[in-house]
Amino acid sequence: MKMTIREAINLTLHQEMERDERVIVLGEDVASDQGGVYGITDGLPAKFGLHRVIDTPITESAIVGAAGGAALTGLRPVAELMFVDFLGVCLDQILNQIAKFRYMFGGQARTPVVIRTMIGAGTGTGPQHSQILYPLLAAIPGIKVVTPANAADAKGLLTTAIRDDDPVIFCEHKALYMDECEVPDGEYVLPFGQASISAEGSDITIVGMSRTAVIAGEAAAKLAQKGISAEVIDLRTLSPLDEASVLESLAKTGRLVVVDESNPYCSMASEIAGLVAERGFDTLDAPVKRVTSPHTPVPATPCLEADYVPSVERVMAAVEETLSY
Amino acid sequence: MDMSPEKLVDAYRLMKTIREFEERMRSEYQQGKLPGFIHIYRNQEAIAVAACLDMTNEDYIASTHRGHGHCIAKGCEIEAMLLELACKEDGLCNGKGGSMHIADMSKGMLGANAIVGGGPPIAAGAALTAKTLGNGAVSMAFIGDGASDQGTVAESLNLAVVLQLPMIFMYENNRYAEFTRSPKPDGRIAERAGAFGMPSEVIDGSDFFAMYDACQQAIARGRDGGGPTAIEAVCNRYYGHFEGDAQAYRDQEELAQERAVSDPIPRFLADPRAAALTAEKIADIDVAIMAEIDRGFEVTYAAADPTPDKLYTDVYIHYEGRLR
Repeated sequence: MKMTIREAINLTLHQEMERDERVIVLGEDVASDQGGVYGITDGLPAKFGLHRVIDTPITESAIVGAAGGAALTGLRPVAELMFVDFLGVCLDQILNQIAKFRYMFGGQARTPVVIRTMIGAGTGTGPQHSQILYPLLAAIPGIKVVTPANAADAKGLLTTAIRDDDPVIFCEHKALYMDECEVPDGEYVLPFGQASISAEGSDITIVGMSRTAVIAGEAAAKLAQKGISAEVIDLRTLSPLDEASVLESLAKTGRLVVVDESNPYCSMASEIAGLVAERGFDTLDAPVKRVTSPHTPVPATPCLEADYVPSVERVMAAVEETLSY
Repeated sequence: MDMSPEKLVDAYRLMKTIREFEERMRSEYQQGKLPGFIHIYRNQEAIAVAACLDMTNEDYIASTHRGHGHCIAKGCEIEAMLLELACKEDGLCNGKGGSMHIADMSKGMLGANAIVGGGPPIAAGAALTAKTLGNGAVSMAFIGDGASDQGTVAESLNLAVVLQLPMIFMYENNRYAEFTRSPKPDGRIAERAGAFGMPSEVIDGSDFFAMYDACQQAIARGRDGGGPTAIEAVCNRYYGHFEGDAQAYRDQEELAQERAVSDPIPRFLADPRAAALTAEKIADIDVAIMAEIDRGFEVTYAAADPTPDKLYTDVYIHYEGRLR
């Protein structure tokens, strides 16, 4: 069935709450009539009741921390951190508590919590509602970071996230919510740590994640019209990271462009470039090219924001530059 | 007050165990035989014991950096604790937690916490589990007077009221936040908690019976769906913030005075309600405590350190990526 990412996430929440009564949803506005900011939790309160779909005050440390504590003691909470930017007010509970329970308790803890959060620029929401921040999260041992780029993956990966016994941060790009694609009916589970090859090609590899996987795909389609065969890899999960798929594709194409909406320093693009420098050096025919956002906050004005986000044009230019090396 | 002879014995045994356990820890630590960083609970024992005496393993506590007393009161085994505090392989947390992160999930002890104010949101989550499952369990966060100023504590107070969680905010006001005298007069912490809309009271933390009474009421309120309670237990921090802190910043006369009046153990024994504890009984209990501690240290010093592969275990339950 064709559906949007927004609908796929909503459907998956319905399915998983139906399947396991330990699954609860909590966050700001999640039980409101319109189902949160983008209607993601629409219909859940009516179906599962307000004891399982819990509206909270605006209190991110308590939301995230309580979700962690509830997970530690037997529930499977799906907490909503409305915008990933709000990590700024609750990072301790993720960084020092949830991520470390299992390790610092010597394997006694099981923390099956999912933190759903909106990421990304492109909708004019400005410096404090538009960041990516997933490299910061992926750098924390003990949590997994998931970045779906289409509705089918959103369903498959959210199902896995909710059933996973480790803490998972599920990053939803707000500019992708209305993107539509075919989504498998019924139960659909996708493993973590497996990138998808969203377009096969032989001249160059383009790696993306979340929205940049979509941008990489659009660039590849346009490059095809110019006779350039680009292979597009959508990482799908950033931790665990499917390094093998990147290295295998590079072995085939010899050239790599990484597209990442992060700020450039310590970005996922840097991580992939480092990986390739260390373990794929012999297969490189040209230097790795990183296409990222600049080392600036996200501007509110649409005209500057358009330049902030990696564009199809920038990806195409990077590909052509790499090919002409 | 309803207190069975068994409970009376437990109360004494636990307070005394905490005292002797920690005094021995201090001495071993001073000799360089134990690693890390420890924070001693002396003179606050009545609080942990009164708080946990009516709890079961299905009830939860979230502890603090000064957590040894909370562990013992919640039923953690002395030997397993010592192995952990010495960071040995067979410790409660395989040596990877140590004093400031010790936990025992089987006892509902959700961890000491090296982040001041880190525990209350977690305890709120455990209370949310109890409420959602409707199993009558309660959850308690121990909070120092220093931590009482953290935003996480205020957020947890508010969430507990809004969601009517079966939770107890157990403030231990030992009047010192690290090296700094608390500027708040006694009682202000409870007042603040009460302002969020929950019953709150100030109790003399070295009066075991008063503490036990207040805790029984708070726990019963939580179990009966009556929501959260805050208790400010006023006490005295006998030693420094951490072991090795000489408390040069304290008025020594005041310290000596506070030490003298705030020891909960003689006060407990002098109370007519503890009359059933005869000198003979006490002596028997003491002998057993010392033997258990001796045995714990013997086992601990003979125990193995974690093997090098343990660096990589228990980061995740299952991880499809690389850890090294």
